[in-house]
Amino acid sequence: MNRLFTSLAVIILLTQTWIALRLPKGFYQDSFLLPVLLIALLAAAYLMSRLTQLADRGKFWQRPCQLAVPALFGLMILLVWEAIVRGYDVPLVLMPEPSRVLVTLSNNLPLLWADFQQTYLKAVLAGYLMGCGLGFVTAKLVVRSPFLQKGLLPLGNFMASIPIIGIAPIMVMWFGFDWQSKAAVVVVMTFFPMLINTVAGLRSVDPLHADLMHTYAAGKGQIFFKNQLPQAMPFIFNALKLNSTLALIGAIVAEFFGTPIVGMGFRISAQVGRMNMDMVWATIFVAALAGSLSYGALALLERRVTFWHPSVRREH
Amino acid sequence: MKPQLKSLTQTQGFAVLTLVLGILVIWYIAALLMNGNQMINMLERTGQSWTYTQVLQGAYSIQRPPLPVPHQVAMELYQSVLNQAVTSRRSLVYHSMITLESTLLGFALGSLLGILIAVGIVHNRTLDASLMPWVIASQTVPILAIAPIVVVVLGSMNLTGVLPKAMISMYLSFFPVVIGMVKGLRSSDKLHSELMMTYNASRQQFFWKLRWFSAQPYLFASLKIAISAALVGAIVAELPTGAQGGLGARLLSGSYYGQTVQIWAALVMSALLGWALITLVGMAERLVLRRRGLTR
Repeated sequence: MNRLFTSLAVIILLTQTWIALRLPKGFYQDSFLLPVLLIALLAAAYLMSRLTQLADRGKFWQRPCQLAVPALFGLMILLVWEAIVRGYDVPLVLMPEPSRVLVTLSNNLPLLWADFQQTYLKAVLAGYLMGCGLGFVTAKLVVRSPFLQKGLLPLGNFMASIPIIGIAPIMVMWFGFDWQSKAAVVVVMTFFPMLINTVAGLRSVDPLHADLMHTYAAGKGQIFFKNQLPQAMPFIFNALKLNSTLALIGAIVAEFFGTPIVGMGFRISAQVGRMNMDMVWATIFVAALAGSLSYGALALLERRVTFWHPSVRREH
Repeated sequence: MKPQLKSLTQTQGFAVLTLVLGILVIWYIAALLMNGNQMINMLERTGQSWTYTQVLQGAYSIQRPPLPVPHQVAMELYQSVLNQAVTSRRSLVYHSMITLESTLLGFALGSLLGILIAVGIVHNRTLDASLMPWVIASQTVPILAIAPIVVVVLGSMNLTGVLPKAMISMYLSFFPVVIGMVKGLRSSDKLHSELMMTYNASRQQFFWKLRWFSAQPYLFASLKIAISAALVGAIVAELPTGAQGGLGARLLSGSYYGQTVQIWAALVMSALLGWALITLVGMAERLVLRRRGLTR
């Protein structure tokens, strides 16, 4: 029975894909194909729940299914997008269809790679490392001194609420048009989340554990590396993950205020002006891909480091 | 006398004040160096000779300085907050109100959406496996690039005014809530959940009697991030939507005409606004968590 439903769902999805990609534009305007889209959505939901069950049950199918479920979800969104845009013949200046974005992407790979290098490999990476490192070191100092804890945390909270968009033109004025000014924006953006989270993490130490370390006559370094730091790791990774997306947004937004003629932010603003929405979306796709991959890498690292945390050690 | 002095130096106000004073001193020195250099360049270009007293006087009063000093910013703030009618286009209060409106609407929508998604993710394996990666991917889309697209698409559906800006606020603020809530809902103590299991608690009881409470500290930490993200979203949204009012429009016009003092004044105003909003959330947090002895 399950097999019947599964194969039926696959057939419905393939039909819908054929409708979205092959029929001439504007097919929803003069035919009744919209119900097929709704049925296809239900079929996809059914398939995803089947795949999740399969992933939870077997060892062999676990990893491929874990990857297949979000992939199917993403493909479903793309399918609906493609069907709506082509089916209602939405003009290009409003919204391009995913297939066209893909073609544009593959036609402009060298250009997009140069943008990626400028924005991600230079500005984002340098700014992220400096911002997070500075935030961590400051947090370490703050926790050690009650004076700084009282004084710097309210200031940190205050500073965290400053919108970077205001800092961007100032940084461009100070550090020039190239990637250094974008890295500076990223440093400011990532510093305060890291500071606040690390302080919260280092202060979250269980008093019982601290007492235990005390009875062991543990040194300062031992207390830090064996008790405080592991305890703070979930908080630190929270900040690292939040910052990885913040940094990319910050660097791209900062490029709107002045940049050499390369970089993802420049590409987006230049192509919006020319109404080349397919190129805009291709750049957005590259940005989203880069951000997701770095977030995924951090999440994997987090599972390795904080294997003891209840949210990682999930029981059924 | 001495114990009194000691207790005074240990208050929070003293610590903050000392640090602020330190920052102000550094600020004035930095302004002297940066503005002074510009003064010297300017004077040398015109072929004039210059003295250090001239530079010292000029550094704190030149037009469009690279780094305006605090008293210039304070003057600008005073001028545009107290010396203008609240309804005037030149009043910062007027612009703040416009930004606040879309911030609060976006924050409310965003946190509601975030909590709903988190609850769905925690309770449904399929949603967990399929939706979570896309929630994260959604934040890697550069929001300023999307802002004009959002406004155009919503505009073609006859939605204008505060709603497009609130949508961008919502888009930025739902993410921290999802991340924090998912973590929080799953962080309930193992002993407690085993106790619930021995009581044969239903899923609903599990949620309302255990998970919801274990998630609250995480929820409030996320809400603080979310409300400042919502403010950033509202300000960013005011740049490309051609908004006539709002702190973002003020920033843009300042940077367009090189009015650095105006940029800094708007920046300070938005910082004050963000600080006030976070303080409000923090007060709510203390109110809720105090009953459970979770505040320090």
